[in-house]
Amino acid sequence: MTVRMGGGGWVSVCTKKQLIPERGVAVLVKDQQVALFRVTNAEGEEFVYAVGHRDPFADANVIARGIVGSVGQGEDQRDTVASPMYKHVFDLRTGECLTDPSGRLPVYRTWIAGGVVYVHPEPVDVPALVAS
Amino acid sequence: MSQKLTVVGGGMVAHRLIEALLDRDTEQAWQIDLFCEEPVAPYDRVALTSYFSGNSPEDLLLGDADLAADPRVTVHLGGTVTALDTEARTVSTAAGVHGFDALVLATGSSAFVPPVAGSDLPGAFVYRTVQDVQDLEAWVLARQGRPLTGVVVGGGLLGLEAAGALHGLGVRATVVEFADRLMPLQVDEGGGAALRRIIEGLGVEVRTSAASAALHAGAGGEVAAMELADGTKIEADVVVFATGVRPRDELAREAGLVIGERGGVVVDDGCATVVPEVYAVGEVACIQGRTWGLVGPGNTMAEVVVDRLLGGEATFPGADTSTKLKLLGVDVASFGDAFAETPGALEVVYADPVAGVYKKLVVSDDAKTLLGGILVGDASSYASLRPMLGAELGSDPNAWLLPEGSGAPVTGQLPDAATVCSCNNVTAGTIRCAVTDEGCTDLGAVKACTKAGTSCGSCLPLVKNLVNTELEKSGVEVSNALCEHFAFSRAQLFDIVSVTGLRNFSEIIASHGTGRGCDICRPVVASILASLGTGHVLDKDQARLQDTNDHVMANLQKDGTYSVVPRVPAGEITPEGLIAIGQVAHDFGLYTKITGGQRIDLFGARLEQLPAIWKRLVDAGFESGHAYGKSLRTVKSCVGSTWCRYGVQDSVGMAVELELRYRGLRAPHKLKLGVSGCARECAEARGKDVGVIATDNGWNLYVGGNGGFTPRHAVLFAEDLDTETLVRTIDRFLMYYVRTADRLQRTAPWVEAHGIEAIREVILEDSLGICADLDAAMAAHVGSYCDEWAATLADPDKLAQFVSFVNDPEASDPDLAYVEERGQRRPATASERTLIAGPTLEVRA
Ligand code: SRM
Ligand SMILES: Cc1cc2nc3c(=O)[nH]c(=O)nc-3n(C[C@H](O)[C@H](O)[C@H](O)COP(=O)(O)OP(=O)(O)OC[C@H]3O[C@@H](n4cnc5c(N)ncnc54)[C@H](O)[C@@H]3O)c2cc1C
Ligand code: SF4
Ligand code: FES
Repeated sequence: MTVRMGGGGWVSVCTKKQLIPERGVAVLVKDQQVALFRVTNAEGEEFVYAVGHRDPFADANVIARGIVGSVGQGEDQRDTVASPMYKHVFDLRTGECLTDPSGRLPVYRTWIAGGVVYVHPEPVDVPALVAS
Repeated sequence: MSQKLTVVGGGMVAHRLIEALLDRDTEQAWQIDLFCEEPVAPYDRVALTSYFSGNSPEDLLLGDADLAADPRVTVHLGGTVTALDTEARTVSTAAGVHGFDALVLATGSSAFVPPVAGSDLPGAFVYRTVQDVQDLEAWVLARQGRPLTGVVVGGGLLGLEAAGALHGLGVRATVVEFADRLMPLQVDEGGGAALRRIIEGLGVEVRTSAASAALHAGAGGEVAAMELADGTKIEADVVVFATGVRPRDELAREAGLVIGERGGVVVDDGCATVVPEVYAVGEVACIQGRTWGLVGPGNTMAEVVVDRLLGGEATFPGADTSTKLKLLGVDVASFGDAFAETPGALEVVYADPVAGVYKKLVVSDDAKTLLGGILVGDASSYASLRPMLGAELGSDPNAWLLPEGSGAPVTGQLPDAATVCSCNNVTAGTIRCAVTDEGCTDLGAVKACTKAGTSCGSCLPLVKNLVNTELEKSGVEVSNALCEHFAFSRAQLFDIVSVTGLRNFSEIIASHGTGRGCDICRPVVASILASLGTGHVLDKDQARLQDTNDHVMANLQKDGTYSVVPRVPAGEITPEGLIAIGQVAHDFGLYTKITGGQRIDLFGARLEQLPAIWKRLVDAGFESGHAYGKSLRTVKSCVGSTWCRYGVQDSVGMAVELELRYRGLRAPHKLKLGVSGCARECAEARGKDVGVIATDNGWNLYVGGNGGFTPRHAVLFAEDLDTETLVRTIDRFLMYYVRTADRLQRTAPWVEAHGIEAIREVILEDSLGICADLDAAMAAHVGSYCDEWAATLADPDKLAQFVSFVNDPEASDPDLAYVEERGQRRPATASERTLIAGPTLEVRA
């Protein structure tokens, strides 16, 4: 699936090769700190999730250093990242915190073209989920 | 033919009543009409405040299934009942007149607003319904953009929840309480003082012994200030009244039913009013001479009425008024005879004003039976204590109050009649029964079957404990699943990995687990793989399994930077070594501290600085201290026979040997050793996982010591060992632990679980015939050890990850800010940050 929004504004941040599978990296997108995660699902499809790098509970920029995982199974499986600070678990697709609904991460759209990863600096409300 | 039951009021208690009736009315004797004044189906009023932390009104709806979906129920949303005719047996709504065979009044309460001038101004709210919280939120949001202030009138449970909600909305709140302390109905003077400090610590102002006199309007006609009886005025953009409730008994009054002195529909022990087949339940009912403002007693009444409707004779047994404040970060609980009103009652008090903790137990005159208590600041023992009401404590009451006593295991002694879940009135007996007779095999099933733990959740730890104990008793294996992805314990997984020879996570989870893994199972697998000697922590797909500490080989700090701890075996260090560490700290601007483990910690290293720092340390002869790993930390030593007048062996030499032998060994949890040169024990070796104490003839070996949360002294394992036997015995002890312990289980609980005698047999007598195997595993570890940091520095691929931002490798996190304190720097606090604002303090590269 590829979601592309019009209006330009996309920022190229790195190459796909710089993303370690199942592990995060942080990038600067117009002064915002964004955490990118490269994840492959059971069907072998690759996704790059982009969420805020700041842990809202710890007020520190660490989300990209969390452990990637999942919650639920089959249709209900949600890809997650656990913050390294106090282990809050966030849904990578929606930014929701599954362990404490009072915090959430902003979610960004990503787009991969020609091996380059782009991030849209405007956070979205809807789940942004983009495959290569 | 079925009969018609009319329920007036669609609140929490009505919901329970209907759910229970649908469940138990197997003959389908009743057809139910539910009239709800509120435009929504019954919802969880107790959890109302969670609306402000993101729970939508839909999230608050009660029950798994929609009541209206049952053909036996008709729900009339917005169907306010305006009249009740008990003779004609009808109720009237705007839509018409409905007949009934039986009627239940479950109209609850309304918020009471004291008669102060201006209480009806725009901007003044009550706190009872979904509509109330939505209106309150909208009012505040519409005024955001400038600093807002608010007043909550009433410092009880509800007032504090409301103050928490205002605070969460960014409003600076003041709580005005008429009594001389907060929560006067639940806590005593000491508890009130502790609670006040906690609430003020959150940034909420507290005025006690203060009466509200009037609300004043501003230019726009909206509320602007609150005046107190003593004349002081508090500015307020919003005011919330949380000054109690009044039963909604108006229908009953007009219908001529008996009303209590302080309101409420008077009912007998069977919840019946003076009119046959007309009942009242929940907050509107005045039973045993009083109304109850809690959901627990209401639910009991609901069950009583259901029983009666089905021909039973149940009566209301009285109820527990225990309460626990549901405010994030504020722990308050009060239960039983909290004010020691029972003749002869004794009070046992523990107070730690520095930590903000106040705990009191009320016990019978012989100090044996628990009558009640108050817990402020640390209510962790509430779940275990509350069900003990009226029962013998079984130990010195003090043991329950001291910090170490908070986890006192009691479930075994709980009488069957003890109420474990007061929200849903479930006793220990019912929970045990769910396991033994109803066939429940896990916590989820017991919750569904008994409803225990499904409301406020504060009883869950205890319910879980009871369920597990009961399962174990009946021989059922209690699930020791690691997490939702693996149905095995760590020890089982260790065997699987070791036997199958699988060496990467993807294969292991594909063949023995489900999903993608998580922050629990991934590090466990990483640790197992490391114990089996699969190479560098960052090799291949192991990198994705590591917690950030292991991943970057440093310890994460609160601001997202890391600390660096070079190994200093046995705490012995040369002046040159000290100077080298000092120089590195100086050049990188790191905060330095001597740790409790006899070495030096350097704090505040940024991710991108770690390789440069380690390059310098490695060049100076240092190696990783594994302060980040679940692995050997330190071997603490005393100075021993080389200098000490009393030393009988060279404890430093022994400690150095042990530290170098076990460095890098990955384990279920961290490992600490200690070696003392004589029985004076200056190295505190008996507080360690493995303690060695010199004797005239050699070494005494102790195992299973622990500091931390549950301190334990190590126990004597073997006496007067020579050096070779000592080392071999420790080898085996550690390896056996590494292979069989649970995730994050330190040696103390592991020894307790296996029994020291059994471990002695395995290790000293080789009862399992595995000693050769354990020896070989340790030899492999010792032989293959290499310094992780030196290896990383030599590998450009591994170094590539040490950047804060991949698209700007030179940049550091711009949000880091520091202030100087006692000659060194430390992270700025949130308030200092705003002061520093803009450009952050300079940090050296
Ligand atoms: C630095 C140090 C405190 C100090 O300034 O002295 C320290 C610091 C931390 N300790 Fe500790 N502990 C330190 C000595 C101790 C000691 C004393 C000792 O080792 O002699 C104990 C009690 C002894 C024991 O472990 O039995 C101790 C018991 C704990 C515990 C509780 C363990 C338990 O079994 O209950 C934790 C929590 C845990 O590991 O889960 C902990 C966890 C931590 C963590 C890792 C918390 C964290 O996750 O951030 C701290 C961060 C370390 C860092 O470098 O950033 N620390 N900690 C000490 C480092 C020693 C070293 O050189 O490696
Ligand atoms: C913020 C908050 C936190 C709370 N926390 C706790 C807690 O931690 N623990 C605890 O035990 N309790 C707590 N309570 C109290 C608990 O919510 C009540 O005890 C419980 O809801 C009472 O249930 P009820 O069914 O009797 O009344 P309600 O839930 O009030 O329901 C009565 C319903 O009847 C409707 N009604 C009234 N008159 C009519 C009519 N004429 N026609 C049709 N419908 C009518 C009302 O609109 C209302 O919807 C809390 C309450 C609040 C507001
Ligand atoms: S006791 Fe240990 S974990 Fe707690 S603050 Fe001190 S260093 Fe951190
Ligand atoms: S005590 Fe509230 S859910 Fe059990």
